Amino acid sequence: MPGIYLHIPFCKQACHYCNFHFSTSLRHKPTMLEAMLQEIRLRRDYLQGATLDSIYFGGGTPSLLSTAELMRFFDTIFHYFAVAPDAEITLEANPDDLTVDKIAALRQTPVNRLSIGIQSFAEVDLQWMNRAHRADEAQICIENALAAGFDNLTVDLIYGAPTMPDAQWIANIQKVLDYGIPHVSCYALTVEPETALAHFVKTGKTRPVDEEQAARQFEILVQMLQTHGYEHYEISNFALPGRYARHNSSYWSGEAYLGIGPSAHSFDGGLVRRWNVAHNAHYWQYMATTPEALSQLQGTLFEQEVLSPAQRYNEYVMTALRTMWGVQADHLWRMHEAFAAHFEQKVQPFIRAGQVQHFDQTYTLTAAGKLLADFIAAELFFEN
Amino acid sequence: MKNIRNFCVIAHIDHGKSTLSDRLLEYTNAVSSRNLQAQTLDNMDLERERGITIKSHAIQMSYAHPSGEIYTLNMIDTPGHVDFSYEVSRSIAACEGALLLIDATQGIQAQTISNLYLAIEHDLEIIPVLNKIDMESAMIDEVADQVIGLIGCKREEILMASGKTGEGVMDILEAIVQRIPAPKGDPDAPLQALIFDSIFNPFRGVIANIRLLNGTLRKGDKVRFFHNNPDKVYEADEVGILQMDFLPRQELSAGNVGYIISGIKASKEIKVGDTVTHVHNPCAEGVKGFEDVKPMVFAGIFPIDNDDFEDLRDSLEKLQLNDASLIFEPETSAALGFGFRCGFLGMLHLEIIQERLSREFNQDVITTVPNVSYFAETKKGERLTIRTPADLPDATVLDFVEEPYIQAQVITKPEYIGTIMTLCMEKRGILTKQHYLTEERVELTFEMPLAEIVFDFYDRLKSISRGYASFDYYPIDYRQSDLVKMDIRLNNEPVDALSALVHRSKAESFGRKICKKLKDLLPRQQFVIAIQAAIGAKIIARETISALRKDVTAKCYGGDITRKRKLLEKQKEGKKKMRQIGSVEVPQKAFLDVLKLD
Ligand SMILES: Nc1nc2c(ncn2[C@@H]2O[C@H](COP(=O)(O)OP(=O)(O)O)[C@@H](O)[C@H]2O)c(=O)[nH]1
Ligand code: SF4
Ligand SMILES: [Mg+2]
Repeated sequence: MPGIYLHIPFCKQACHYCNFHFSTSLRHKPTMLEAMLQEIRLRRDYLQGATLDSIYFGGGTPSLLSTAELMRFFDTIFHYFAVAPDAEITLEANPDDLTVDKIAALRQTPVNRLSIGIQSFAEVDLQWMNRAHRADEAQICIENALAAGFDNLTVDLIYGAPTMPDAQWIANIQKVLDYGIPHVSCYALTVEPETALAHFVKTGKTRPVDEEQAARQFEILVQMLQTHGYEHYEISNFALPGRYARHNSSYWSGEAYLGIGPSAHSFDGGLVRRWNVAHNAHYWQYMATTPEALSQLQGTLFEQEVLSPAQRYNEYVMTALRTMWGVQADHLWRMHEAFAAHFEQKVQPFIRAGQVQHFDQTYTLTAAGKLLADFIAAELFFEN
Repeated sequence: MKNIRNFCVIAHIDHGKSTLSDRLLEYTNAVSSRNLQAQTLDNMDLERERGITIKSHAIQMSYAHPSGEIYTLNMIDTPGHVDFSYEVSRSIAACEGALLLIDATQGIQAQTISNLYLAIEHDLEIIPVLNKIDMESAMIDEVADQVIGLIGCKREEILMASGKTGEGVMDILEAIVQRIPAPKGDPDAPLQALIFDSIFNPFRGVIANIRLLNGTLRKGDKVRFFHNNPDKVYEADEVGILQMDFLPRQELSAGNVGYIISGIKASKEIKVGDTVTHVHNPCAEGVKGFEDVKPMVFAGIFPIDNDDFEDLRDSLEKLQLNDASLIFEPETSAALGFGFRCGFLGMLHLEIIQERLSREFNQDVITTVPNVSYFAETKKGERLTIRTPADLPDATVLDFVEEPYIQAQVITKPEYIGTIMTLCMEKRGILTKQHYLTEERVELTFEMPLAEIVFDFYDRLKSISRGYASFDYYPIDYRQSDLVKMDIRLNNEPVDALSALVHRSKAESFGRKICKKLKDLLPRQQFVIAIQAAIGAKIIARETISALRKDVTAKCYGGDITRKRKLLEKQKEGKKKMRQIGSVEVPQKAFLDVLKLD
């Protein structure tokens, strides 16, 4: 079932590796809030009346929203959309924001799941990444959230940082296991263009990401979490049985989603993807125009692309291959027999190499294949 | 005829030839200003980008002299790079005069001098022009001294101009009329017309640019060429003069410059430097100086996809239509399959052909390591021409190898003599002469192997002299050299396309550099790649590329999907431009980039 994504484009400070869209000045937060509420109103029909299964506040740093601000979002969303009673309602939060009071206040809102940006429990890593929180805050916020009754928690961890030896990485994973957190997302540190990190690497201030280290730490991760009963249900996501992230999973299963806020992406569940301008002031200025004008703002407020059948296929292969549910042959047949034939032919070398396995109609990556998911996906792509 | 003036412009690159040409056209109203894009004469995209004139062009202007006389001025544009000196010589042969255009902020460069000598050899009237005098850094007196030293003219014969502001342009027009002699020639004599350029037009076929020395050419005449296919008869379907467009005329006669279209579609039928004459009543001899162009540099050109072999042949044939200096013959490579061994005038020419293949014909090709042409003599005394390293006989039967030597002229400032000598000696050059043109200009003459300037000589010369060195060369002879064949292997698979003949003393360092460079150029693959340089069975250098360990992006959420899909699609597109050699995929550009060693 479809969901809504809200992009809160503000952060206290910029993490060195981050290439998301955000501003570190909070001055225009109220203006932004109004603009985003307006976008919700204007695009209420985007999901064609479907009941929402998930609401996701991402960013940026949504924990910078006050409870009152959050409630205005909920009021508007509940007013214009039907929301399933058991909908997954996630808020991304940074440890430094999650005080005891803040957690208590969040418990009074419809938020029923917290996604906490821990990244590491070690001070050196956090400083190297330019995170806003300290190591002790990382632990305390988890304890407080659990104590307040947020048992539906997920945390983000980053591995592969040059400051992080294997022992620290193992300790980080162990902490998550000790707390019994049901869901964890783990990301390999990536040097994205036009980030501070990219600049440091280029000027030799920091050493580039060590691929060998990243691969090794990924293997450690998979090993540890799987031994403790977690399912490796997507390349970067692990969950105790049944505790998968519903909102994020919808991205990989071709569900429709409505993205609100600057830089947010939407998908109509069929062939059209669109994304908002990644510029705060442009965004709210366009949002202030009349509703009639909105549809004419393609190219300025938003851009969109209509997927060709081959692009649909490529997206499907690229995303499905990353999950434990894999690529379904019958789904390929439904798309087009040419795609199914193409896939079955191109996948053979990877099966022989032990990188892809298949049971019946389902093709999934093996442990070895997961390290090369992009490479393999590109090889399976269909060219027009 | 007395009101015709034929002239060319001799200038170093960037000395302002195109800009000044524009001014001349503007002042004579040959081009309406709407048509006058900057640098009108360079009409190939590629030329505009590189800022050099690759092909000669001719244009006719009508100049209304203050006396009331109307003069026909034929300006013939000439290429400005050493690779194209034969074409320059043919353009010069079509003229009675030359503007010697010198950037007053730069002074005389080597290329200018060699073209100037060509013009003097052809008895052209030289009009020296110091250009860019609007610039503060113009060194008018010093450069004027250089000119006087060079051609022995009087100071007041040197014109001052600025193509930018238009200053002095009227003086140039006046000098063209006053100083350059009107063409001589007899319109009633047998037809004798020099082909100084040819252009391929997809609708009209080959259009030859001609200068009529004697006789008259009429539309419909039966004509033939003097050197190439002399027995074949053509009809002059159209004759005319060249302005920004082709303007048909009923006839062209002695002294004039124009074009002829004679239904020629196939390549190779028209050769620059050849003579056009009538089938009946032909002239007794052709215009002197015809040469079958001799390429200096050879390289294999292969389609990325073997299926495109025939298309590539087609494209090369079409390119040959307006670039008579390109030659090619089929070749087979163990690594690359079917392709062509092509001969080029030089490295720039090679790059231009490669780019034109891609732009004009949508042909992405792989170019192998270029080499010069060698002679090998076997112990039995057989003499063989070696145009590709694979042709070199086995060491057991080989007696010796000879390689082509050139005489190279470098003109520079005295402070760079030291570094330039070091470079030339590193390139196995021998200094034969050092001559001060003025206190600030010195001319160095070297003898060196041609092969040494094929690889990264020009760029290094430019960088060590901060651009204050100009360079020119011509071939002198062949000399015995201790050359060995160096092979490159990827995972033990020899890549014949990367083989090179190198001097024994330099083989090891060359091998090391190539291996290192390949390490940067080859994408990592799922297995380890061993790169080796070998002479015979002996490995002289090696590098290893580790296996691709991890290739997966961390995040793939709502906003990442489109970006990531496009990235992977692009990656996949790039892979199409790779050649599989054994188990290793080699990107197209690796073959040429591997030589950019410094
Ligand atoms: N200041 C100044 N610049 C000039 C003059 N003539 C040409 N240039 C500049 O010099 C550069 C090279 O000119 P161009 O005509 O392309 O030279 P070409 O390579 O000889 O054809 C260009 O940037 C021109 O704008 C001039 O008389 N004065
Ligand atoms: S808090 Fe999150 S969104 Fe903000 S800069 Fe850091 S990583 Fe990026
Ligand atoms: Mg030019």
